[in-house]
Amino acid sequence: MCLAIPAKIIEIDQQMATVEVGGVTRRASVILLPDAGLGDFVLIHAGFAISLVDEREAHETIKMFEALASEIDNQGDPGRPAPENETGESGSSHMDT
Amino acid sequence: MNSSDNKRILLAHGSGGRMTHDLVEQLFGKQLSNPILDRMDDAAVLEHNGRLAFTVDSHVVSPVFFPGGDIGRLSLTGTVNDLAMMGATPLYISAGFIIEEGFLMDNLSRIVASMRDAALEAGVTVVAGDTKVVERGAADGIFITTSGIGSIPEGVRISCSAAKPGDVVIVSGTVGDHGAAILSKRQGINFDIQLESDCAPLGGLVEDMLSASENIHVLRDPTRGGVAAVLNEIATSSVVDIEIEDDRIPYRSNVRAACELLGLDPLLLANEGKLVAFVDADEAGLVLDAMRRHRLGGDAAVIGRVDAVETSRPRVCVRTVLGSRRILAPPTGEQLPRIC
Amino acid sequence: MPLPYLDDYRQGRLVRSLMAKLEERTAVLNRPVRIMEVCGTHTMAISRHGIRQTLPEVLGLVSGPGCPVCVTANADIDTFIEMSLQPGVIAATFGDMLRVPGTKIGLAEARGRGAQVQIVYSTLDSLQLARDNPEETVIFFGIGFETTAPTVAAALVEAHETGLENFMVLSAHKTVPRALSVLCQTPDLAIDAFLCPGHVTAIIGPDAYLPVAQDSGLPCVVAGFEPSDILQSLIMLTDQLTDERAEVEVQYQRGVRADGNPAAMALIDRVFEPTDADWRGLGVIPGSGLTIREQYAAHDAARNFEVDVSYSHEPKGCLCGAILTGLKTPPDCPLFAGACTPDHAVGPCMVSSEGTCAAYFLYET
Repeated sequence: MCLAIPAKIIEIDQQMATVEVGGVTRRASVILLPDAGLGDFVLIHAGFAISLVDEREAHETIKMFEALASEIDNQGDPGRPAPENETGESGSSHMDT
Repeated sequence: MNSSDNKRILLAHGSGGRMTHDLVEQLFGKQLSNPILDRMDDAAVLEHNGRLAFTVDSHVVSPVFFPGGDIGRLSLTGTVNDLAMMGATPLYISAGFIIEEGFLMDNLSRIVASMRDAALEAGVTVVAGDTKVVERGAADGIFITTSGIGSIPEGVRISCSAAKPGDVVIVSGTVGDHGAAILSKRQGINFDIQLESDCAPLGGLVEDMLSASENIHVLRDPTRGGVAAVLNEIATSSVVDIEIEDDRIPYRSNVRAACELLGLDPLLLANEGKLVAFVDADEAGLVLDAMRRHRLGGDAAVIGRVDAVETSRPRVCVRTVLGSRRILAPPTGEQLPRIC
Repeated sequence: MPLPYLDDYRQGRLVRSLMAKLEERTAVLNRPVRIMEVCGTHTMAISRHGIRQTLPEVLGLVSGPGCPVCVTANADIDTFIEMSLQPGVIAATFGDMLRVPGTKIGLAEARGRGAQVQIVYSTLDSLQLARDNPEETVIFFGIGFETTAPTVAAALVEAHETGLENFMVLSAHKTVPRALSVLCQTPDLAIDAFLCPGHVTAIIGPDAYLPVAQDSGLPCVVAGFEPSDILQSLIMLTDQLTDERAEVEVQYQRGVRADGNPAAMALIDRVFEPTDADWRGLGVIPGSGLTIREQYAAHDAARNFEVDVSYSHEPKGCLCGAILTGLKTPPDCPLFAGACTPDHAVGPCMVSSEGTCAAYFLYET
């Protein structure tokens, strides 16, 4: 229920910070993250930093996905595009009950 | 003119008397001067042979000044582009201004100067105009209505009903720029880094495209409602299905970031300097090359294709990274930032 | 090395290989299973990336009550609308609420009738509105769960400490864990596992789901919002089901700490206290709402504005309630795609950008 995206703190002054993501900057409150500091990555929701982004975990997550992709590639069946059933009559799990 | 009066537009400026005359001559007339307009006749007399394209657009954008443009530029390029989308060479523009009492004269002057510059850039002439002033509160600052006439070259037949199965869908550049820029400046949103509108006249780009190929079937500029709106209009008009690919659509990274932050879909945001083109598959490469050589088409990309209708209703689909298809519905209502 | 961002998590190759692994892992399930996506933002992401269409048949996804707009009862919506129509009021709200229908009208219509309705992205913007308009009262509509509640709490604290008397909040905030517990006790509910909301959990911490896992024996995985996050979470849930485990696991490691966000939780507690709340579709759940504490009463719109919403009732024929609890799907609703479409919505599930019916209508009809 929550849109939040990671942004970098590029300026911080007590409870307000300037955060940057993809070339846009915005003011955000860091009142919910007393330990946040310059250079930290934080999740921004509705103008507030709500959580620190653990960079190591972020890299680990991608690495894990990459490793899996390589594993599947090596099995000789790289992820093929899924079959065309977007109308859901065959497999869409939402329809069956 | 009394120097303390000319700071703001007053009701008297619209009443048709001396103040109107002075305003028209000194603010509008000076900036937009050309032989036809200078005559100050009740109507412009134009000579022409052949087919004409004729269109009208009203502009009520707020804020009036935004990064990358203003209502003056926008009102001119918007109408120029509607003409260009028919393959017409844009020629003549008329402009009607409705101004709220109290509007700053300097701002009006800036707006008209922008219009003049845009007209020069687009190669069109503003040949007729009108000004009205309404009471404070009866308009939001300034509204501008422009109509435009263009000349359609022999043999050019471009229409939103002309898309054919097998056509390639090309977009001339990054998507969602104008809408994102406007939203970012609305009260309550406040982004610091400028997201710039892409407001630009497309007549020259279209001319280059038409030189490259005679088999361009559809041209549309995705303004209000964005790419989603125009693709749906074309699918309905031409009775075809359209499929575009999620990861082939070009975006500026800052527009993407702003959309992710605000919960917006850039496919539903307005563009004011972009077009989508439906081109015969055999000539798509030529058209794409021509576009990329033009300064307004550097990021042009193939984003999808046209198919025969699969069901009883023409549909626009997006192929996702997973390889599945989802429907891209026409937008309902204004795009609003959300938190959920 | 730059922080992985957006597209890094959406690379076709990664996403397709995760789907392949999910297919492999679900192959050992000997029965169809139903997983509830608690969070509306997950519902939207799943639809937007076409995940539903490509899931293995044995895996069913059901949408839960995690769409704050959808579960806000008409009485609350009507109350805010009535307040917006009062003179001297600026009704400030997140964009999500603008087109949600109340019993009689929605906020957009109220604006058409002269109400001053201002969309804001952040409560900080609504505080600024109050400062910029000292002659008017800004009433902010407090909807959302624990991700949003701290931001509203922060605004109330600031208003209180700076004496900004013309800033008020109408709180319709709700909390997630109790709702899940009540859901788990629904007799007809056939849910086998929960896909839990990553950002709510960033605030409340994963332990909040222990009662669900331990008392109801249902696996929980706290998931991020990119397609790769969601697919990996489904793999983790499948593995739990196969192994017959019922644990709380966190897939969204980069965003969620083991103890959540204590500062945010403390702020919620400082400003709000639990109250009974009426959830559309779930009825009244004791202690699942947040009401403003006495100390901040001066900024509580509910205490300061008298409105008559005796006419409030839920829309007839609308199945939003059953849909929110996963008992029905949008096509089951007689109004779906006929009387009820995004253009003229009957219930919030269609109007809300993350409502189940809207997601269905947009992405799958």
